[in-house]
Formats: sequence, structure tokens, C-alpha cells
Amino acid sequence: MSASDIIWTLLSLFFIGLGYFAAFAFAAGMLWRLIGYLRTPMPLPHALTPAPKTEGGAVLRVLGDVTLFPNLFKADKWLWAGAWVFHAALAAVLFRHLRYFTYPVPGLVLYMEPVALFFGLLFGAAILFLFWRRLGLPRTLYISNLPDYFALALLGLIAGTGLMVSYWLHANLVDVKGFILGLMTFHPVEVPRHPLFLLHLFFVLILMLYFPFSKLLHAGGVFFSPSRHQPYQVQLRGKRYVNPLER
Amino acid sequence: MPKFDETPIIKDPAVNGVLRAPGLREHASTDVRCHPSKPKDTAAIDLPAELVPDWKERALAKFGELLEQNQALRVYMDICVRCGACTDKCQFFLGTGDPQNFPVARAELLRRVYRRYFTPAGLFPDLGAASDLDEDLLRKWYTYFYQCSECRRCSVFCPYGIDTAEITIAAREIMASIGVSTKYVTEVVAKVYQTGNNLGIPPAAWKDNCEFLEEEVLEETGLPIRFPVDEAGADILLVPPSADNFANTDTMIGYGKLFHYLGLSWTTSTYCNEGGNFGLFLNFANLQKVNRRIIDAARMLGVKTIIWGECGHAWRAGILTPTLSGPMDMFDPPYPYHISQFIVDMLRKGAFDGRLDKSANDDYLVTYHDPCNSARAGQLIEEPRQIIRAVCNRFVEMPPNTIREKTFCCGAGNGLLTDEIMPIRMAGGKPRAMAVKHTKANYLATVCAICKAQLPESMHYWDVPVKVGGVIDLLANALKL
Ligand code: SF4
Ligand code: SF4
Repeated sequence: MSASDIIWTLLSLFFIGLGYFAAFAFAAGMLWRLIGYLRTPMPLPHALTPAPKTEGGAVLRVLGDVTLFPNLFKADKWLWAGAWVFHAALAAVLFRHLRYFTYPVPGLVLYMEPVALFFGLLFGAAILFLFWRRLGLPRTLYISNLPDYFALALLGLIAGTGLMVSYWLHANLVDVKGFILGLMTFHPVEVPRHPLFLLHLFFVLILMLYFPFSKLLHAGGVFFSPSRHQPYQVQLRGKRYVNPLER
Repeated sequence: MPKFDETPIIKDPAVNGVLRAPGLREHASTDVRCHPSKPKDTAAIDLPAELVPDWKERALAKFGELLEQNQALRVYMDICVRCGACTDKCQFFLGTGDPQNFPVARAELLRRVYRRYFTPAGLFPDLGAASDLDEDLLRKWYTYFYQCSECRRCSVFCPYGIDTAEITIAAREIMASIGVSTKYVTEVVAKVYQTGNNLGIPPAAWKDNCEFLEEEVLEETGLPIRFPVDEAGADILLVPPSADNFANTDTMIGYGKLFHYLGLSWTTSTYCNEGGNFGLFLNFANLQKVNRRIIDAARMLGVKTIIWGECGHAWRAGILTPTLSGPMDMFDPPYPYHISQFIVDMLRKGAFDGRLDKSANDDYLVTYHDPCNSARAGQLIEEPRQIIRAVCNRFVEMPPNTIREKTFCCGAGNGLLTDEIMPIRMAGGKPRAMAVKHTKANYLATVCAICKAQLPESMHYWDVPVKVGGVIDLLANALKL
């Protein structure tokens, strides 16, 4: 075994270990946090009015929040645009990543190939915009703290390395996919011998570890915001809001 | 000449009623604080009189308990991304420029402690934006959680609906449990237990006031309009804000004329002649205890229904009644019932057909101030407007981003209506004053006793010549008895 083989083997072990650990921490962390939210009672009615009067209406209100960010639109059009583009591009990029996780690859993922670069660049641009906004406005500069910069920087590094391995210093798709499918089927194989890809993977795994324990949890927490998910049913017959703590 | 230090107040005028976000003025309002509670009041309402020796442990224990028991608090501690959308939405920031009055900065005062003691970030305080709970921070809590009027305006603009009001409520609850509370709030709660109302009007004086009103109205109208007190067997129990019997008597007279016209039997109760509930600004135990008095009074008098008078936070607490004090099934629906809703229902039934003379209000160009509590916590937005349109010819709205669910707080809501923080009240009252000025209205209608106490002062300070009054007052003017 040559010295480089030893290094690649060690690296493989490292990434396989970190991969499983990050996946587990992400899944367990998210479940733990979200179940925690679900199980925490809300003692009093808390709908922000005017609010929908039916449960269905409240569900629509939350779905509207998650997809269209109407409150941001009311608050600040530039921020709304930046945030919406950021999330939409992220969704598109994540969706395209299915091609590394699925076999055979769904048709839709393949169809979006021609516009994939566009979404990748859009994602990167949105990150830069949000970063600039944090630093550039006195009000956001005042409230931004280290974890806020860390999250943005991490996403920026992921986007940067991701774009590079896809469109410049190409990683071998077959190797990458083999490695990931290997992890997923619990038959891990050696990592692709491509440092930049490994860097990309490393940042992603760090993000997964960090996600459930940080503000990034807004991704799940948004569904548990009582001012949005509660209908206003105060005067409806048979809809008395019972304090869960007094039940 | 104003009698207080105006340092924290930003004086530039608004353009078209709209305030632009001011530049940051760090620490501008950091020295404006409410007076601390007096021992006789805290003793009456079951709270420690002064900072308890093991305050830190007890504060953290209370915090932990609230995190387990309040989904809003727990979720809102985690999911703020510090996007900044809320930063220019709070009237106290707009009026002072103090960045600690950003809703998000206010919430961060609590979040830093949350991260320190309840999350892994506490292991690396500097990296994780976490802080020890020390006296310095506690002082900031006391300052800035009493420069928040729990108005929920920030929540309207937050992508996740993060309600800084709920965070303020939690912080005040934690502080109350360790002996940190304000004189104004605890005094009022203590008065409720002694006299039945926030102003401390004893039963005999309440009756006197009502008799006095009867004489006055008799003189004015020649009609035997009654203001019944403690009448067992009446159909309706009215729970007004006690200020209506004392300061805003036009509103009280409005109730009297209204019920007289409709031929309904009604009463107030000297056990509970207060819709307002300062427990909401202090802690859950007192919120519940004060709320229960309403149901008890209604039971004692055997009324068929309870109607809440014109008071914003009374209504915010009022809608919680079935949750706080048990089912209200022994009363006629709908319940809880707000006087504005009642009037609109009567309008719909045609009870006022042909008997409203709108021209009686023609001297007034009316605009309507949505109290933050009734609009954003009580779904009461259309009703007052429907009444005003039915009784006035001349009604004008303020700029759209200052009304309805986007309404500004009057500047003194939810525990801030106290003179020692006048600079904060005037600064916080600025957005509303500028919007009123823009309309050129000469009558500012609202359905809240706190607003009716604050607005004349803030309008005067900001040089807006306008009369402040109730919606019912306008109805009573127009009503041909
Ligand atoms: S708008 Fe909401 S998420 Fe954004 S900074 Fe304010 S509280 Fe945080
Ligand atoms: S609840 Fe109202 S007063 Fe408090 S931070 Fe939000 S906008 Fe400001």
C-alpha cells in the first residue's frame, strides 16, 4: 500500500464515520426538536388577528407563510425578494441533487439539467446579497451575531465548492454517486479522490450537524408558531380553547 | 413646556403621516425606567417585594418552566433568523432610535440567556451569542421589557409571526417571580382585589358617580336614563373599563343611552366594575385571578350575558375568559361579547333604523385609531368602523400602514401608562400622532380606555389639535332617543 492509498483510506474512514454521524444527528436532532415543539402546550389562544376562523384556514395561512413569505413582503420588498430567491434556488438545487441519491434518476431531475447552473448561481448570488444586507444596513448589522455570519458563510462555502465541482474542476459523477449510494445501502466504499468534492461534502456534513441546534431550525419551527397556526375561534360554539395544562 | 427630559425623543416630523426609520441612537432610552413596586402592593398580590437573594436560580427555574409550558415562547426562542424585517416596525424604536427597541433586539435580551442555559451554545458563550444572567442584564430586562407595550405589531411583519409581545410577557413573568416589577402595574392589580377596579374607586363612590351621571343626563335630555349598579336579575352585565365612569364619562353616558334606547335591563357590578386586566402585564396567576372576577360577578347578579366595554386590553383578556375561567355556557351566546359587536348586531337587526341623525356629528372629521390589543389580539377591526360609518358623515382613514392589523400602539399600552416614563410614551406615541395629523381630523375615535388616557397627552405634545373620544360617544350623539 502506498502512502497515498493510506491517506485515502483514512479519509474514507473519516468521511464514512462523519457521514453516518451527521445523518444520524440531523435526523434525530430534527425529530427531537420538532417533537419537542409539538408536545409543548400553548396555555392560551394566541392567534394574531385578523385570523382565519377555521382549522383549514389556519393551515392555509401557514402554507402561505412557508411558500410566499407574505409578512416579509409587507415588511421589506428587497428582503422579501432576496429571501424568496434564496429559498427557491435552494429548493431547486436540492432537488437536482436527487441525481446523486437515486437510481434510476427521476425524469424531472434530468430535465432540469440545462437550468441547473442558473439556479446554482442564483443561490450563490442570493447568499451574497443576504450577506451584504447584514453588513450594509446599520439595523441588520446591529442585530447580526456570530452564528448568523457562520450560517451564511457555511452556505456560501457549500455553494462555492458545489458550483466548482459541478462546472469547473469536475468530480467524477460515477465515483460520487457510488460513494453516496454505498453509504445509503450500508456498503460504504472509498471516497472519490477529489479534494474539492470532499471539501464540499465536509461543509454539508457540518451544516447537517449544526442545523437542528441553530436558527436554521426555522425550517421546521415555522410550522409551530401559535400566532400563525391557531385559528381564531373565540366566539364559535363548541370551540372553547381549553388550557392544556389544566386538562 | 413639557415637564420631562425629552432626550430620547426624536423630533423630526413625518412625511405624509409615515415615519422613516431613524438612524440608530444607541442607549437613547436606556435610562427611562418605571418605578419599582411598593411592598404593600406586591404583598397584596402574592409576589416578592424585592429582588430575592437566590434570584438567578429562581429566574432560570421559572424560565425553564415557561419553556416547557408555552409553545410560543419555546419556538420563538429558537427560530428567529435576525432577518431584520421587524427592526423598523416598533413605535418605541421609531420614536427613540434606540436599537434595543428593535423587537428582535428586545427578544435577544431573553434569547441570550436562553442560549446560555438551555442550549449547547451555552458551552461557548462568545461564539454562540449567549450571555450569563447577571445584574447588568437584569437591569436591561427591566428597562426594555417595560418599553414594550406588548402590541404585537412586530409579529405582523415577521416571516414566522414571532410575537415579541409573548416574549415580553414571559420576561415580565420571570421578573415578577423574583421580585422585579413596576409600581404602576402591581398597584393597579392590588386595587382590583381591594375595590373591584383599576382606579380604586370604592363601591360607594361608583354608585355616586352613576347617580351623578343620571342627573346630568336627565338635565341634558329630560329622559330618565339609568346607570344601574349591582342590580340582581338584570339581563346584561356591562364590564367597562373603570375609567369610563370617571374620566371618559361620555363613553359611560353612551352605554346608558344605548341601553335605554334599546329598552334593555343592564347593570354594572361593584365587585367587578373593570374589564381591564393588568394581570396580563404581570403574570399568569394574576391574569387568571382578575379574569375570574368577571364570571363571579355575573353569577352573583344572575345576568344572562356579559358585555365588555370599550377597552383594548380588556378585550384581549376578555376573549381568554372561557379558557381562564371555565365554560361560559350558562350565558346567552355569543360570548365573550364586545360592545362594538353588540352594536353592529343591533344595526343589522335594524334596531336603529331611521333613528340615527348622522348630521349631529357633522362638526367632526372623524378618524379611527385601532387599539393594538383589540385589532391584533381580538379580531375587532371592522365593527368600530361600521358603527362610525353608520353615525358619521365625515370619516377618514389614516395611512394604510398605520391602521387595522398594522396599527401603531398609542404609546402607553399594556403597563406603560405611567408618568415617570413620559419620554417613552411620547416617543412611542409619535407614529400615531403623525398619522392623525396627516388626516387633519378633529375627532380621534377609539375603543380603548388606555388609548383615551394617552392620546390626548401625546396629541398635545406633538401638536395635533384633535378631540379624543369613544366610538359609542359618536353613536350617542347621533341617536334620536
Ligand atoms: S422579523 Fe422575525 S425572524 Fe426577522 S429578526 Fe424580527 S423576529 Fe427575527
Ligand atoms: S410588541 Fe409592540 S412594543 Fe413590543 S417590540 Fe413588538 S412592536 Fe414593539
